[in-house]
Amino acid sequence: MTHRIPWILIVFLAALCVPWLGSRFYTFLATDIAILALFAMSLNLLLGYTGLVSFGHAAYFGIGAYTCAILMQTAGVPFVFSFAAAGLVAGFFALVFGVFCVRLTKIYFAMLTLAFAQITWAICFKWNDVTGGEQGFSGVPLPDLSLMAAIPGLGGFRPPERFYFVVLALVALSFVVLRRIVESPFGRMLTVIRENPERAEFIGLHVRRYELAAFVLAGLFAGLAGALFGIFNRGVFPDLLYWTKSAEVLIMTLLGGMGSFWGPAVGALVLTLLNQQITAYTQYWPLVLGSVLIVLLFVFPGGIVGALSAAARRLRRA
Amino acid sequence: MEPSFIFGQFVGGLTAAMTLFLIASGLSLIFGVLRVLNFAHGSFYMIGAYLAWQIVQWIGPGGEGFWLAVLGAAVGVAVLGGVIERLLLRHLYRREELYQLLFTYALVLVIADMAKLVWGTQQFGVSRPPSLAGSFQVFDTTVPHYNLFLVLLGPAIALGFWYFLNRTRTGRMIRAAALDREMLGTLGANVDRLYTGMFMLGSFLAGLGGALVTPIKSIIPGMDVAIIVEAFIVVVIGGLGSFWGTFFGAIIYGQVLSFGILIFPRFSSFAVFALMAAVLILRPWGLFGRPISR
Repeated sequence: MTHRIPWILIVFLAALCVPWLGSRFYTFLATDIAILALFAMSLNLLLGYTGLVSFGHAAYFGIGAYTCAILMQTAGVPFVFSFAAAGLVAGFFALVFGVFCVRLTKIYFAMLTLAFAQITWAICFKWNDVTGGEQGFSGVPLPDLSLMAAIPGLGGFRPPERFYFVVLALVALSFVVLRRIVESPFGRMLTVIRENPERAEFIGLHVRRYELAAFVLAGLFAGLAGALFGIFNRGVFPDLLYWTKSAEVLIMTLLGGMGSFWGPAVGALVLTLLNQQITAYTQYWPLVLGSVLIVLLFVFPGGIVGALSAAARRLRRA
Repeated sequence: MEPSFIFGQFVGGLTAAMTLFLIASGLSLIFGVLRVLNFAHGSFYMIGAYLAWQIVQWIGPGGEGFWLAVLGAAVGVAVLGGVIERLLLRHLYRREELYQLLFTYALVLVIADMAKLVWGTQQFGVSRPPSLAGSFQVFDTTVPHYNLFLVLLGPAIALGFWYFLNRTRTGRMIRAAALDREMLGTLGANVDRLYTGMFMLGSFLAGLGGALVTPIKSIIPGMDVAIIVEAFIVVVIGGLGSFWGTFFGAIIYGQVLSFGILIFPRFSSFAVFALMAAVLILRPWGLFGRPISR
């Protein structure tokens, strides 16, 4: 390991340049990818780092989306506060649900996360007065970013592009925080729990409490991602919380590779671009996704990043 | 509230419960022995419904050929399940649960689109067989013969299974496989074949359920993901892998849904999920299951 190429910085700078390509569509796609990357990375805190399979992660994404959208649209709260509130509310629900979930293991943990997610979905689906029920509500306003016009070079951009810069900054900031978390002693403890929960218990770790903390953090970041998604999507719908959405983010994480920090982000990127390409030709996207997933499970269980790093290792040895 | 109305709700709930039992029992058997939570079970149910419709079209709708279609659909789904188990699922038993879960989810996606490719997106329906087309009046409530048939079929199948699992040699092997797969293999049983057989049997039940609901429910895309969540609730309430648990879980589910609509019109779907969560919190192994020591 002599020259480490700062890939992360390169990718970030490249992402920053997207609006200058002059295509609204590219900016749209890049916003989508950045938000989903955060969503998948939040899940990986549980999946890859703590070894907990949550089948209801979409709940926290959806709670964040609803919180932010309701605050901004109905109550007229500024974006900064709504965004923060989305994370806090999602984190709070993750705490309430998580207390019960972490008492279970394996398949039962997955089932209970699924049950709680479906409960939240059912509430959002039926509680017409607050959530808009089945229709959800559309027309979530973009945050007021007129301040940005003062920044030299950014004045000429339209609101969606300005919002993209905000998304990029917030997502990048979240990644920094997530990175700090997994590299902290706390994050290392999570890995210990993943590898061997019994042993972690023996050496005196309060396993459930660590798992709960991871669950809350994962929920919080999912909520932040959801808040951004609601605005980007210009609407919030119960579908955001349905169990198939939870499965989608699992696939994203697995596709990129849950064994590495950046894997889920790669998964979000690849899956979104693939979706874009495929749906241009055929409506049978689920068929393609399912087939990709089967190949992935049998041939590349480590995901894209896992396969690439294995290939790189082989090259270096040769 | 009038008694006849309550009776009507009760019968409605029971009919829903018994069809759901057919599907959930397959899910529960597969989980009990193979330890795989099969998301694709709902897809098998949907394929069963489509196959039944297709066979009815071939042999001409309206006659007693309906029963042939039901049998054909269930066997077709069992074969599909067997092929999937043999070719793919088998290789994932030793992997983490996540991989098995996602594999069955991949099947959900693939099967749903395949069904769309073959049958399109329009709604289909199958009429009741002439022998059960009538209905009778109980407490001023109309109960179609067909619904009564479904209500009676559930316990019949449950009893049949009880006999099969507890009184036959294969049944004993299945119960042994659920407890300790390796030991059973060491004792000389062909565990691989047993697993394939179990998966086919579970798929058969899903296909049977799908075929039998065609006279009371329309066949539409999306029926797969809707039913699997309901089946999950049932097996979780009763206890994953517990056979009688699934039976009573289905009855409880049907009644909670049926009467929940009266008490909280808007939140009845919420009530069943809340029940599922409550069971998982208080007795993760279900109302009728036993805790797994591990």
